[in-house]
Amino acid sequence: MSRLKFQTAELAWKTMDEICGDIMRRITASPRGNCPAEVTAAFLRLCVAQSCGKCVPCRIGLSELANILDAILEGRATLEDLALFEETAHAIKDSADCAIGFEAARLALDGLAAFRDDYLSHIEKGCCAANFDSIPCVALCPAHVDVPGYIALIGAGRYADAVRLIRKDNPFPSVCGLICEHPCESHCRRGIVDDAINIRGLKRFAIDNAGSVPAPKCADATGKTVAVVGGGPAGLTAAYFLRLMGHEVTVYEKMTKLGGMLRYGIPPYRLPNEYLDADIDVILSTGVKVKTGVNIGTDISFEELRRQYDSVYISIGAHEHKRLGIDGEEGRGVMSAVELLRGIGDGHKPDFRGKSVVVIGGGNVAMDATRTSMRLGAKKVTCVYRRRQIDMTALPDEIEGAIAEGCEIMQLMAPVRIERDEEENVTALIVQPQVIGEHERGRATPRNADKPEARIPCDMVIMAIGQEVDSAHFAAEGIPVKWEMLETDNMARIPEKPGAFAGGDCVFGPATVIRAIEAGKVAAANIDSYFGMNTEITADVEIPPASYFFKPACGRANMRERAADERKNDFKLMELGLSEEEAKQECSRCLRCDHYGCGSIKGGRQVKW
Amino acid sequence: MVNIRIDGRDIAVNEGTTILEAAKQNGIIIPSLCYLKGVNDIGACRVCVVEIEGNEKLLASCNTVVEEGMVIRTNSERVRSARRINTQLMLSKHDCNCPTCVRSENCSLQTLASDLNILEQPYEVKLKRNRWDKTLPLISDTSKCIKCMRCVKVCEDIQTMNVWELGGTGTRTEVRVRGGAALDNVNCTYCGQCVTRCPVGSLRERDDTELLFEAIADPDKIVVVQVAPAVRAAWGDGLGLAPEKATVKRMAAALRALGVDYVFDTNFAADLTIMEEGSELIERLKDNGGKGKMPMFTSCCPGWVRFLKLEYPELVENLSTAKSPQQMFGAVTKTYFAEKIGADPKNIFCASIMPCIAKKYECAVPEVNSSGAGPDVDAVLTTREVDRMIKASHINVKALEEQEFDSPLGTGTGAAVIFGATGGVMEAALRSVYYLVTGKNPDADVFGFIRGCDGRREGRLDINGMDISVAAASGLGNARKLIEDIKSGRVHYDFVEIMACPGGCSGGGGQPICDGCELAGERGSRLYDLDKSAKIRFSHENPDIQKLYSEYLEKPLSHKAHLLLHTEQKSWSL
Repeated sequence: MSRLKFQTAELAWKTMDEICGDIMRRITASPRGNCPAEVTAAFLRLCVAQSCGKCVPCRIGLSELANILDAILEGRATLEDLALFEETAHAIKDSADCAIGFEAARLALDGLAAFRDDYLSHIEKGCCAANFDSIPCVALCPAHVDVPGYIALIGAGRYADAVRLIRKDNPFPSVCGLICEHPCESHCRRGIVDDAINIRGLKRFAIDNAGSVPAPKCADATGKTVAVVGGGPAGLTAAYFLRLMGHEVTVYEKMTKLGGMLRYGIPPYRLPNEYLDADIDVILSTGVKVKTGVNIGTDISFEELRRQYDSVYISIGAHEHKRLGIDGEEGRGVMSAVELLRGIGDGHKPDFRGKSVVVIGGGNVAMDATRTSMRLGAKKVTCVYRRRQIDMTALPDEIEGAIAEGCEIMQLMAPVRIERDEEENVTALIVQPQVIGEHERGRATPRNADKPEARIPCDMVIMAIGQEVDSAHFAAEGIPVKWEMLETDNMARIPEKPGAFAGGDCVFGPATVIRAIEAGKVAAANIDSYFGMNTEITADVEIPPASYFFKPACGRANMRERAADERKNDFKLMELGLSEEEAKQECSRCLRCDHYGCGSIKGGRQVKW
Repeated sequence: MVNIRIDGRDIAVNEGTTILEAAKQNGIIIPSLCYLKGVNDIGACRVCVVEIEGNEKLLASCNTVVEEGMVIRTNSERVRSARRINTQLMLSKHDCNCPTCVRSENCSLQTLASDLNILEQPYEVKLKRNRWDKTLPLISDTSKCIKCMRCVKVCEDIQTMNVWELGGTGTRTEVRVRGGAALDNVNCTYCGQCVTRCPVGSLRERDDTELLFEAIADPDKIVVVQVAPAVRAAWGDGLGLAPEKATVKRMAAALRALGVDYVFDTNFAADLTIMEEGSELIERLKDNGGKGKMPMFTSCCPGWVRFLKLEYPELVENLSTAKSPQQMFGAVTKTYFAEKIGADPKNIFCASIMPCIAKKYECAVPEVNSSGAGPDVDAVLTTREVDRMIKASHINVKALEEQEFDSPLGTGTGAAVIFGATGGVMEAALRSVYYLVTGKNPDADVFGFIRGCDGRREGRLDINGMDISVAAASGLGNARKLIEDIKSGRVHYDFVEIMACPGGCSGGGGQPICDGCELAGERGSRLYDLDKSAKIRFSHENPDIQKLYSEYLEKPLSHKAHLLLHTEQKSWSL
């Protein structure tokens, strides 16, 4: 008589697993702006479906929570019902026997705390405050680039028009084609069918195939003048749009070349100079004046600029590196990633041959330093991170790429001190092993493990633990500063300094290139408004009608990189673009949310701003 | 040209044509519901879906453009089934109490369900009713709303007022007033363009027919009715009466059959408006605006007046102080006419038949009622309401002999009748301004450049050395553009006519509805025909107007005229 049996994969289970996978993808692709009460009610019903039914709070309570939400949604509920909802949820959270119950109630309470106003609007006005984003990719792009529009143009082989359309909102199509973090892809509706569209890949395909596309004509000269402080992506974006609006723009740049962190922070194997210069050349072709090697604060003051120009835009970025504050940080062989990458940007490639390098940090800059060190000939590169690899903020592709190139990721190691010889040369990094612990503010936090310190022998330590803004001069001139960052309202205006605007990393803290572009675009619009004008930026490109042909589930074509043992030896562009065949297929996957779904109600596109 | 095949027929159509239009051009009917040409092509109802060979999904024909070689089936089993189920689904969320619906027999959903031979409704019926202040001139009933979004689109795109929006998500999605506010708390002008675009009975005017029925039944009341110019071009449409049968004289007969004591014509008051407004214009031109500002704006359209007061309050002094013809008529009725027949004005019930919903608002504005005997106009009924009264009284209009209007407020000129078309007030005013300045009549058609349904028409004329630039626009989107152009200095005018409804009153929000048809132009041309054939085509030649001045008002802009016929625009309650 047998006592045990194998578990066999029954068709029903397999199907259920598949359905759960589909639901997960669908939830990922949720449009933003859903009614929170409606989503919570639906979620609670899903939780009820998971309940085994043993315990009272979960079996009955969760349904009752959903019923109260229904009453709220249908305008039948009172404030007492809302109070009952809250009390009941607390009771379930406190008394449910297992996570199916208490976690459901916790989420209901979190939702209530975040969206109380919406619930009240349902109860008091019988009306929902929800407002669907009509086109997820456009809504999620900080610069609101017309993504479905340019995908359709690429699909039609009109690459130059695609570039023109992108430039309506973003004068850095080449840069973004290579290094944008593509928030547009995160809620792509195609994800409901199979996977998000490779939007960045298509943008790169367009710029690689468009040839030279000149900038549009500038509007008639207005006689207004603007000084832009800092020639990075935010400053140059503002300069470009302000020129198109007919204003006279002078960019002041501290370094010898324009580009900011794009040149001095992103290594050329990710963003070669020719791509960056292609965008900058088009921007400058509109007639932007440039003064390089000028430092605001020492060469000329902010207030002097305000006197000389009708408006001033500060976009100085965040170029100061943060310090760890550990013993030995002054030793020979210790440097910051910012310094390393700045040198690379100026063409100085230090020789790391034969050296063992340790990089401290887990973000994209740490990966840039790690992979750059590899390319500088380092014998061994180790990236040391306090948390787990999964907690790293660097893009997963960057981490995997670095590993493929032979770098080692040492997780759960907190730097303690840097060991030096008698001549102050670095000999090792001493680290304290960590254990991953409880969540703090939604993130798993490490603590010291019950293990002795470890020693990682090395010749160099590179710090990549974050950047700061050098805002001392501007603070001294009376601009409000918080944690070294300049403060503005959400229209980029500096309080009590009429005509002065600021944006980009120096306001947000270190962020992505597309957020800097957003900052520049917002500033350009608001400087124009400050001048009492409303000069519109348009693209004048006709978008092909949506294809009627629905392409069933189909894999997403991803970019690949050059072979690891080849690319790790040089600074040439490592990413390979999509082939024409792949690009065409990607275009055909686009669901054209500008035409189908609520894009048709709310208008498929903003043709001008 | 693009070659396609629809239901086995090879067809060539222009590039960019939608499947629905391509089929229509070739006599193939694809049913649709939410689609409204030029206004709404969002593919929401999924009734116009068709099958395209090689494509997995059915597609909305209203917003899918033809492509070379497309093979389309408009009535396959898949299409038929989807169409039928989508219609049944809509019916499950629609109050199908058709006998009590204002749009019964003129409802696109009803027609569709009937066409599709839907005899049963398999889904549970669940209706959502909205809270609504039923005293407002415009009523929304969401239990009938099919979320076609035409009202949203027409208000947003054509009228640029954004009164309606789509709120909520999922099954609970509803068309509501912006932000869930009450209609009188947003800048609704009551133009009623949403009402005439509603395919079902979800939007309608407040029904005031009982007010008139009760007044007629009251033996102490003398019931006086005025009929607006544009009403005569459309009233037959709501009764199935052919245009040649639906004459204004037959309408007079129908109103008498209802029991109205005096059937008068708003045209009389339109002529009076021209005398006052024309004289005001001449004064303003001589005095660089005088007390008012330039350009002078016409003030006869209450939708437009509300628009200006709500959206551009800084320009209120540009409005002519002349009351609208409706209100002038009311004031004269309860004073001059009451005296003439020796009646106590309090016993007169003055009703107007208007192509307009905003007039219901206007008659209730306290500041524009000045006869001192209660409201000057007691009730405003739309063309649709008067048609309903005629039906409710089972009057056989076809059998009625034509009758004349009563005297003296029943006389109007050709100049007055074109008030019902965009540009008409301007044209009528210019005819008389020319006379008042030069002492001679111009050719009556010389100002025809101001006619037509284009967004804006303009012209410049020289009358005895007086240089006048004029413009006329209809539709509030066009009005907004014109105002912005004036404000920015891009254009300069002395006199501007604006009508809130596209095409003017003939396209008014109170006119009989023919779903999918835009009838403003056709109805307007009926008015121009009436002008052409009128014996008198100049307001200043209206003998009863001349008599009114000589017997009662003295002259245009006299003290008494000011008291009765003008208003302080700034003081209006909104």
